Amino acid sequence: MERILVGLKRVVDYNVRVQVKSDGSGVETDGVKMSINPFDEIALEEALQIKERGEANEVVVVSIGSSESQQQLRTGLAMGADRAILVETDGELDTLSVARVFKALVDKENAELVILGKQAIDNDNSQTGQMLSAIWGRPQATFASEVVLNDGKAAVTREVDSGLETVEIDLPAVITVDLRLNEPRYVKLPDIMKAKKKPLDQIALDDLGIEPGPRIESTAFEPPAGRQRGVMVEDVPALVAALTDKGLI
Amino acid sequence: MTKILVVAEHDGETLNPSTAKCVTCATQLDGAEVDIVVLGKNVSSLAAEAAAIAGVNRVVTVERDDNHPALAAVLAPQVAAVAGDYSHVFGPSTALGKDLMPRVAALLGVNQVSDIMTVEGTHQFKRPIYAGNAVVTVSAPTEQKLVATVRTASYQAADGGNSAPVESLDLDVEIPSHTRFVGVQTGQSDRPDLQTAAKVVSGGRALASEENFELIYKLADVLGAGVGSSRAAVDAGYVPPETQVGQTGQIIAPDLYIAIGISGAIQHVTGIKDAGTIVAINKDEEAPIFEIADIGLVGDLFKIVPELTDALT
Repeated sequence: MERILVGLKRVVDYNVRVQVKSDGSGVETDGVKMSINPFDEIALEEALQIKERGEANEVVVVSIGSSESQQQLRTGLAMGADRAILVETDGELDTLSVARVFKALVDKENAELVILGKQAIDNDNSQTGQMLSAIWGRPQATFASEVVLNDGKAAVTREVDSGLETVEIDLPAVITVDLRLNEPRYVKLPDIMKAKKKPLDQIALDDLGIEPGPRIESTAFEPPAGRQRGVMVEDVPALVAALTDKGLI
Repeated sequence: MTKILVVAEHDGETLNPSTAKCVTCATQLDGAEVDIVVLGKNVSSLAAEAAAIAGVNRVVTVERDDNHPALAAVLAPQVAAVAGDYSHVFGPSTALGKDLMPRVAALLGVNQVSDIMTVEGTHQFKRPIYAGNAVVTVSAPTEQKLVATVRTASYQAADGGNSAPVESLDLDVEIPSHTRFVGVQTGQSDRPDLQTAAKVVSGGRALASEENFELIYKLADVLGAGVGSSRAAVDAGYVPPETQVGQTGQIIAPDLYIAIGISGAIQHVTGIKDAGTIVAINKDEEAPIFEIADIGLVGDLFKIVPELTDALT
């Protein structure tokens, strides 16, 4: 195929323990390390492997957000993507609009495959890939742990509640990836230098003709109800006694 | 008028308990009238099960050969067609619900509220974000249909005993053929399913091998428990992926959860925080799992677990 699009979302780094602001207006992001959503890194790794096997000619990474998302796109370019597109928006877009942006880019770029993370670790929504494939009228293979391309089709193994499900889909299609699909490569210093010369286009949301519709507003944030630290027991008989006390055994 | 359509989940033979949990959530909306839609191949016994769920007003069925095994691309246009008269469409936050419902939402041209954990109003809900490190209250537009998934661990299944009317629908909907089911590989065991098990025994990386997981299986069998795991144990290949509990695995709420050799990363803890009693067994007394455990025991799991299994046999 000619081209794969991969979404890269800028999110609070996986290792940061996120705190809710004391006034409940959001979560603390000032001075917090930001990274590529880990599932999106796996999506990019898969696209790069497909290209390296000679099954695609070009991998384009896409981010939607503020100009700061350029950092994540540069990292994607350093990993091996050929070029990057930043769709600039001020505030956070609703997911349906994000899906519409991807659809507009799919049309503009003639992409045959879009690979996305199965969810972003900030909002934990798990919606974008499914919405994009609905708007596009194409197949979705979500939560992928194995992807095999063959003759305009893909056999995708998906992590579902009962085990591993395999579906066959016709391309073009959307695939969203799960944790165990691959191990993303590390970026090497020379690649970071090279990435600076790769093209990074910036497009305004308006230029894609997308007008965001009504959104689901976040009105308040709070820390989760905590669990209390319980008791420590010394040995197995004490554990059995405690469980018996609670009527659990 | 709050008319809610709940999309039933099933394996072709019985309803998944997540359906009755969705009904519980749906009935908490003011003035809610709750219907269930069952899409399947042979739906009569499934429809009867759905009709028995307390609080259900009506069951509608859509019978097609290609509705089973369930594929989101096949089901979504049918759910969107049935959704016409409803103000809300709910599905469970199961793998199928997560796959299906956003596709339905996009076909209806609306956004989705994922993982409802608390109902605050007909269009206001609380949901977890950042792996459960924060809870956000969201407010959805009232002038549109509202599509949502329900975090099933936050709700008890509605009772039975009802006998709602069942109606079969013939839909004139174009069904795509671009997506085909090939097969499913399950590590099927006789142990209880994680989502419904009253007790769950979970093992982590400290088990150190697939063979050593026998210790977990033996304890689980003595307790009649389901078996779970941490991401580290799955990544190491000790257990199949469907056992993973946590942010990106299964979110569960058993009465008793025993975490063995699991350090308690936030991504794991978010999957168990609605459990009744959490027991932690770990050799590291500083392990974060002890901060949320109701009962903790520090020590060598290779000694403790066989001893516990014996004591319970």
